[in-house]
Amino acid sequence: MPKRLDLKKILIIGSGPIIIGQACEFDYSGSQACKTLREEGYQVVLINSNPATIMTDPDMADKTYIEPIETDIIAQIIAKERPDALLPTLGGQTGLNAACALYKQGVLAKYNVELIGASYEAIQKTEDRMLFKEIMECIGVGVLASAHVSSIEAAEEFANKTGFPIIIRPSFTLGGAGGGVAYNLDELREITYNGLIQSPSSQVLIEESVIGWKEYELEVMRDIADNVVIVCSMENVDPMGVHTGDSITVAPIQTLSDLEYQEMRNEALKIIREIGVETGGSNIQFAVNPETGKRVVVEMNPRVSRSSALASKATGFAIAKIAAKLAVGYTLDELPNDITSKTPACFEPAIDYCVTKVPRWDFEKFSDADVRLTTQMKSVGEVMAIGRTFKESLQKALRSLEQGRFGWGADGHDHYCYDQLTQADAADVYKKEITHYLSTYCREDFLYSICAINRHVN
Amino acid sequence: MFNTSMTGYQEILTDPSYCGQILSMTYPLIGNYGVTDFDNESNTPHIEALLVHEYNNYYSNWRAEASLKQFLTHHHILGVDGIDTRALTRHIRSAGAMMSILSTNTDSLDKLLDKVQRVPKLVGSDLVKDVTCKQVYGYGTSGDHHVVAIDFGIKKSILAMLTAVGCRVTVVPANTKASEIMKLDPDGIFLSNGPGDPGAVPYAVAEVKKLMGRFPMFGICFGHQILGQAFGLKTYKLKFGHRGGNHPVKNIPTDHVEISVQNHGFCVELPSEPISKTNPLLAGLEITHINLNDNTLEGLVHRQQKCFSVQHHPEASPGPHDSRYLFQQFAELMQKNKG
Repeated sequence: MPKRLDLKKILIIGSGPIIIGQACEFDYSGSQACKTLREEGYQVVLINSNPATIMTDPDMADKTYIEPIETDIIAQIIAKERPDALLPTLGGQTGLNAACALYKQGVLAKYNVELIGASYEAIQKTEDRMLFKEIMECIGVGVLASAHVSSIEAAEEFANKTGFPIIIRPSFTLGGAGGGVAYNLDELREITYNGLIQSPSSQVLIEESVIGWKEYELEVMRDIADNVVIVCSMENVDPMGVHTGDSITVAPIQTLSDLEYQEMRNEALKIIREIGVETGGSNIQFAVNPETGKRVVVEMNPRVSRSSALASKATGFAIAKIAAKLAVGYTLDELPNDITSKTPACFEPAIDYCVTKVPRWDFEKFSDADVRLTTQMKSVGEVMAIGRTFKESLQKALRSLEQGRFGWGADGHDHYCYDQLTQADAADVYKKEITHYLSTYCREDFLYSICAINRHVN
Repeated sequence: MFNTSMTGYQEILTDPSYCGQILSMTYPLIGNYGVTDFDNESNTPHIEALLVHEYNNYYSNWRAEASLKQFLTHHHILGVDGIDTRALTRHIRSAGAMMSILSTNTDSLDKLLDKVQRVPKLVGSDLVKDVTCKQVYGYGTSGDHHVVAIDFGIKKSILAMLTAVGCRVTVVPANTKASEIMKLDPDGIFLSNGPGDPGAVPYAVAEVKKLMGRFPMFGICFGHQILGQAFGLKTYKLKFGHRGGNHPVKNIPTDHVEISVQNHGFCVELPSEPISKTNPLLAGLEITHINLNDNTLEGLVHRQQKCFSVQHHPEASPGPHDSRYLFQQFAELMQKNKG
């Protein structure tokens, strides 16, 4: 299909300030989108509250508004500019949230602005956790077992089915007060009891925990003709429980056999079709039990994400650029592959190297911060390195952190914090000197029990 | 030759289509997830040797039963790591797939060169006779459709896919006569994948010609090349073949792109107008699939003759499952034929 000619002016919402958890990757994707749409002959109107970005440079958009990313202000800009469409999927979560708010308030309908890339319904399906779970169950994709219970007996019954650990969240309490993780029956009874007392509705949500499971991500692209490709697969060295942004990540997936990978790929295709992301990139995360292979889908982002930026650089597949072209009506088989220029972009990159991403933390600048890594992202940046082996790419990445170190076991400055090592304790990436511990102490089982980082079996 | 798949080394090693070949994997890290019996595509590996950049003996996967090294040692297959597979791939891409020899003794390169030159060339060699079954056997006991599969080197996953769509399969050797096959009273005929030059098995083409039109017929890869020849189309050798799990193939009737699995060194020529004029059999033959990377032929259908075939591997294993609907299509064709 050729590009749409009914659209003339397209509004792009930038991602605003650079904060921990949302860094300059969205400036990269937003700038790519601006450039691409202008090349295609569309007028681009950009709003971003952050003037210190590439996308707000002169010449990136036809009109740039440096204003707060707030609905009433965007509404005023829409009233003035009267764009035909809004592309919300390239400005990170900020852009997506703003677009949803505008839709809900009826601003988009009032000025006849079309949401392109992802529809409001599709975005809602991924944002509402319970709705997402329901949809996944409908299409037969595994999700975490969960239940609302109002008695300790019901909680025990649930535990009998799923096993431990179990996460307990009291309903309707502020900040999850009274919740926790139970690793055995006694803890389950205690936490559930406390939770039931604290919850105004005398109800707690209990959920199977995937802490310690293997964590995988797929970058998926879909076009208007329903062609779908997996651009890149990624495996986190750190298991579930550590935020992806704080994990050492490797592309492609290293420890899944073809059958397991293809089953995951099939599910990703099903998910993107069922959620109804019409065009562009999505990121889908899976957790896999390392002992049984049980797989569940954790979440889906119907937009260009931090991982998309990594996947783009890792494979040479320009996700943001192609997402922008798909949003205006092109199909994947019409667009050329940037690397070969002879073959179409409708393919799945096969790489002959290994890519490793290592996060960079700056805890020394935040003296009060809790240095343990949890489900909330704490890194302030990341480096990516390419190598023909995992070792090569990992060591290159570690050197590139610019912390004056030259890789694990490579510069004589390795230090031993054996006693303090926990899964959460990785404020300094060099504390993850797993290989060193292995060769020094050979206490692999002990290491695995505390960090759950993948081990070999034989 | 080289394969660009990033997963699935075990399925590739045990695929009979790789008979007689030295395989180099372009993905550099091989062995990470070990091996497991379930993933075998046949009872034994068929490659001559495996070349990898870095072999990992410390596998990590809950299904793994042994390391790749143990598996290769058990089957007496040579595996070599530390090879610059990228340089090798680039060489093959520019010079084409070639005869090769592996040796631990490099004192006399001339002797080795002489040895490899005396090995029969791929073009014109019938490798099917090495991998086809010796006797007729059944696969699956129940099933609405009785399929006779002509075994040119069939993969287990193909048999599994056929049974999954309600077929009971009788597998017969490649040199089985059409009259013998008719005696088995099939609802449909399946032409399997297989190794080597499809031009070297005229005996199979002749028998398939006799069966064409009488029974619904479905061919995959080598089977597609046999069917193409039965229609009078020629096959030719590709420079370095298609081997990998990421080739875009366009389904022409639906205008949809499938990410396909490829493993072929030979290809069927596109039925062009001058060829069609001189060959009445080609009337009614439609192109259903085309490779978007190099526009080579990927799929054919002839509705009157009740047969269709694809060059890529819908059973995947290893690779994406995008084209698995073709097995259902075969079942539907047999159902329709029964009336």
